[in-house]
Amino acid sequence: MKEYFFDLSDKIINTLENNENLTLSINGENSEFIRVNNAKVRQLGTVSDAQLNIELVKNNRKMSLSFTLQRNMEKDFSAAKNYISQLRKSIEFLPEDPLCVLPKDYGSLNEEYKGDLLSSEDSIDALLPAMQGVDFTGIWASGDVFIGNTNSAGQKNWFSTETFSLDYSLINPLKKMVKETYAGTDWNQSDYESFVNNSKEKLKMLNMESRKINPGSYRTYIASAGVSDLVSMLSWGGLSENAIRKGRSSFIKMKEKKVELSPCFSLKEDFASGTVPRFNSSGEIADIELPLIINGALQNTLISTRTANEYELKSNFASSGEYLRSPVMDSGSIDEESVLSELGTGVYLSNLHYLNWSDQLGGRVTGMTRYACFWVENGEIVSPIEDMRFDDTIYNFFGQNLESATNKSRLNPSTGTYSGRDLGGVHCPGIILKSFELTL
Amino acid sequence: MNLTDIINRLDLHADWVGLREYKEHTTYHMIRDKNPLTNGSSIDHGVMVEVLKNGQFGYSATSDLTFDGINKAAKMAYSSALKASKHSIFSFNKDVRPKSKGSYETPLTLPFDSLSAGEINDILMKANDWLQVDDRIISVTAMAMLVETTINYVCSNGSNISQRMNIVGSDYSATAKDGNIIQTRTDGRSGNQMGLERLNKDLVKERCDKVSSQVIELIEAEECPTGEMSLVLAPDQMMLQIHESIGHALEIDRILGDERNYAGWSFVELEDFGKLKYGSDLMNVTFDPTIPNEMASYGFDDGGFKANKEHLIKDGMLLRGLGALESQARSNIPAVANFRSCSWNRAPIDRMANLNLEPGASSFDDIISSVEYGVYMETNRSWSIDDYRNKFQFGSEYGKLIENGKITKTLRDPNYRAITIPFWNSLSMVGNTSTFEVHGTPNCGKGEPNQVIRVGHASPTCLFNNIQVFGGA
Repeated sequence: MKEYFFDLSDKIINTLENNENLTLSINGENSEFIRVNNAKVRQLGTVSDAQLNIELVKNNRKMSLSFTLQRNMEKDFSAAKNYISQLRKSIEFLPEDPLCVLPKDYGSLNEEYKGDLLSSEDSIDALLPAMQGVDFTGIWASGDVFIGNTNSAGQKNWFSTETFSLDYSLINPLKKMVKETYAGTDWNQSDYESFVNNSKEKLKMLNMESRKINPGSYRTYIASAGVSDLVSMLSWGGLSENAIRKGRSSFIKMKEKKVELSPCFSLKEDFASGTVPRFNSSGEIADIELPLIINGALQNTLISTRTANEYELKSNFASSGEYLRSPVMDSGSIDEESVLSELGTGVYLSNLHYLNWSDQLGGRVTGMTRYACFWVENGEIVSPIEDMRFDDTIYNFFGQNLESATNKSRLNPSTGTYSGRDLGGVHCPGIILKSFELTL
Repeated sequence: MNLTDIINRLDLHADWVGLREYKEHTTYHMIRDKNPLTNGSSIDHGVMVEVLKNGQFGYSATSDLTFDGINKAAKMAYSSALKASKHSIFSFNKDVRPKSKGSYETPLTLPFDSLSAGEINDILMKANDWLQVDDRIISVTAMAMLVETTINYVCSNGSNISQRMNIVGSDYSATAKDGNIIQTRTDGRSGNQMGLERLNKDLVKERCDKVSSQVIELIEAEECPTGEMSLVLAPDQMMLQIHESIGHALEIDRILGDERNYAGWSFVELEDFGKLKYGSDLMNVTFDPTIPNEMASYGFDDGGFKANKEHLIKDGMLLRGLGALESQARSNIPAVANFRSCSWNRAPIDRMANLNLEPGASSFDDIISSVEYGVYMETNRSWSIDDYRNKFQFGSEYGKLIENGKITKTLRDPNYRAITIPFWNSLSMVGNTSTFEVHGTPNCGKGEPNQVIRVGHASPTCLFNNIQVFGGA
C-alpha cells in the first residue's frame, strides 16, 4: 500500500495551485475478526479499509476532507481532485486562522514490520481447540495496519505492521472472570496453547465465593493492566498543554502550584519500542523520548505545534489532541513474586473498568474493579471480592499514597478497534498503595 | 452502483446474501477562542456483504465498489461462514433477515446546502462573541456537526430498503476562572435528526446566553453538599441515566454474554422479563425509533426488521429487552428493531436506538415544591458504571439547591451515586410533557470489533428520593 499511497500523493500534490499547501494522510487495515462467546463463534469476517485525509492550507485558512479509498488509482485520484476542488471553493470564505500550521519537511521516516501471521483459512482450526473446556469469550484480530503521510513540502512518512491479538475473558460458573491478551507479530501455536492453558489455571483461583467488602480506604495492589487504565486517563484532560491553558486539565495543580506526585512515579513518552509511529498526523516527528514526570515532578507537557503557536512555546510535536502515544511508566523495586507479602493485608486489583474524571480539575477519577480481584490477608489470597467502585485522586494514587512499584514495566497492548485497529499500548508496572478509596 | 444487479450476478451457494451500502458524510466546524479550530469533513463509503451458510453468518467489508470487488468480498464472507459453521454459537436461519421493502427520510426544514461552510463559520464566530461576556471567561468554543447517512440494503430474499438520515449536533461551551475555582458549562453536546434550522442565529444566541451566564453563576457558587437527599434530574442528565442504567442493561446480546470481554454482562437475566420490578409504578420506558427528530429514528434496522415503538418497561415492570431478531432466536425474548452497525465495516449487533422515558403527570413546579431538601442537576459531566450495570456514579455540570420546596442557590460539582434497581424504584415523580425534552448522543461505544453509534434519549424531569449526593474533590 506504501507505493500506492506515495504514487497517489505525487499525483495529487502535482495538481496544487499557487499558495496552496497540502498534507495527505492515510490510515488503513486489512483485518480478520473472529468474535467468540463461550468458545464458539458468534460473528466473523474481514475488513479492508483505507481512508485518505486531505488537509489544504491556503492564505492562513485550513480545511480538510477524508474519504474512503477504493484502491483504484484512477478512481481515487479523480475523487481526490474533485474533493480538492470543493475545498478550494469553500476555503476562501473561512475566517483566517492565525494559529494555522503549515506543512514542512521534517525528514521522512519509513518503518515496516513484517509478521508471520495465521492465514484466515487456518485461524478457526488453530484458535478454537485450545479454547474448549471453559467459557471463553473474546475477539481475535489479525492482519496489517498502515499509517502514512506526505506533504507538499516533500515529506514522506510510512509505518506499517503486521500483528495479531486475541483479547479474551475466561468465565467460571460463579461469573468470576480472568482477562488476558495474547498478542504479537509471529504466530507460535504451542506458545498460544500454553498461554491459554495458563489462563485456565488462573481461573481456578476464582472458584470460591466472593467476599463483599465495605466502602472505605484500603491498602491496595493494582496490577499493571489496571495501572495502564489510570495512566491512560492522563491522555484525557491531563498532560495536554492546551487543556491546562484552557482550564480543562487535572494537571493545573501541578503546573501552576508546583504540586508533585510521588517520587516513585516517573512517566515518559518513549518511541523506542517501535509499536507506534513517531510521526503524528501532520507528519511531525517526535523525539525518541520525552520525559513528562520525573520522580513526581512535572518536567514537560504534551505540546502540539498549534498550541505552541497559540502560547509562544516550543512544540514537542505531540498529536493535535495532545494525548499520550507511547507512554512508559518507570518500574520500581518489588519482585512481582513478592507482591502479596508486600501488600500484607488489603485488596489486590488485577483490572479496572470504565474510568472517568469525577472531578477533573481536582484530579479525581472514579471507576470500577473488574476481573480477578482479591481480598488478601497476611500475604495470602483469602477470596475474590465483589466489584467495588473507587473514587480517588491522581494526587493520592500516583502521589502521597503510592508506596512502591513492581520491578517489571509490562506492555499492556491497546486492542481498541473503534476507527481501526489500535497500535501500541501502555508500558507500566504494578503499584502498591498505602490507601485507596473504595466508595460503593 | 446498482446493488440489485450486483446481488443477482453473485454466484454463491449460500443460504442467504445481503449487501448493505453505507455512505456517511460528516462535517465538523469548530471555533475556539475566535480561532477556527476545525473545518473538516469525512466521507465514509463502502459495502458490507453478509452471507448465511449452514446456520452461520460471515461478513466481508470492502470499499472496492465494483462488481469484482463486491464479488470478491462475497466469496470471502462465504468462506468465513462455511469454516465457522461447525463452531457456531447458534444455528440461524433466514427468518432473522426478513423480507422487507421501504424507505425512510429525516424530516427537515432547512437542507444541509442551505448554509455554506463560510456562513456556518460566521454563526459560530458570533457564538464565540456571545459566550465571551465576562473577563473571567478564559475559553469559549462553538461547534456544529452535520451528518448525512445513506443506507441502501438489498438481499437475496428480495429485500430492498433505502434510508437517509440527517443529523445536526451543536455545542457551545465556556470555561470561567475565579481564583482557584474553574468551571465549564456546555450546551450539552446534543444532537437531533433535523436540518440546519438548528443553527438559527436567534436560537444559537439563546443557547450561548444561557451557557455564559450559568458559567459565571458556577464560579460564584457553593460546592454541592454531601448527604442522602432528594435528587431532581433534568432531561439532559436523564439522557445519560437512561442510557447507562436501562439501555445497556437490557441489551439481549449482553445478557447472552457476547459483550463479556468488553462492555460487560448485565445484572438482568432472561428469566427476569415479565417478572422484574425494575422501577416504581411511574416508570414507563419505550424503544421508539419513530419519533421525528430524535437522533436514532429510522424505518428499518440493519437486518431489515421494520421499526416500531415497543414498551420495554411498563408501570415499572420489565417486559421486553433490546434484542433484534438474532437475539430473539437465541433467547425467545420478543424482538425490537435494534440490529444496528456504525458503518459499512462493522457487523450489526444489538444497540440502543431511541430509548425514552415516557412523560408523567407532574409539572416542574409540582416536583420542586414537593422537595424539602435536595439538589437539581442539569447536563451530564461524568459517567461510570460497572460491567453488570449496577453501581453507577454520575456527575453534572450545573446544580441547584432545593430547600423547603424552592430553588435557593446554584451549586457547582454536583455528583451522585447509586445502584440501578433501588435507584429506579426510588423514582417518585415524573414530569409531564411540558418538561419533556428530546436529546441524543453520537458516542455510544460497544462491540468487538468496537463500534460507536448514535442514540436518542427523550425524558421528562424526574424526582428520586434518598440518593447519595456529593460535591467535588
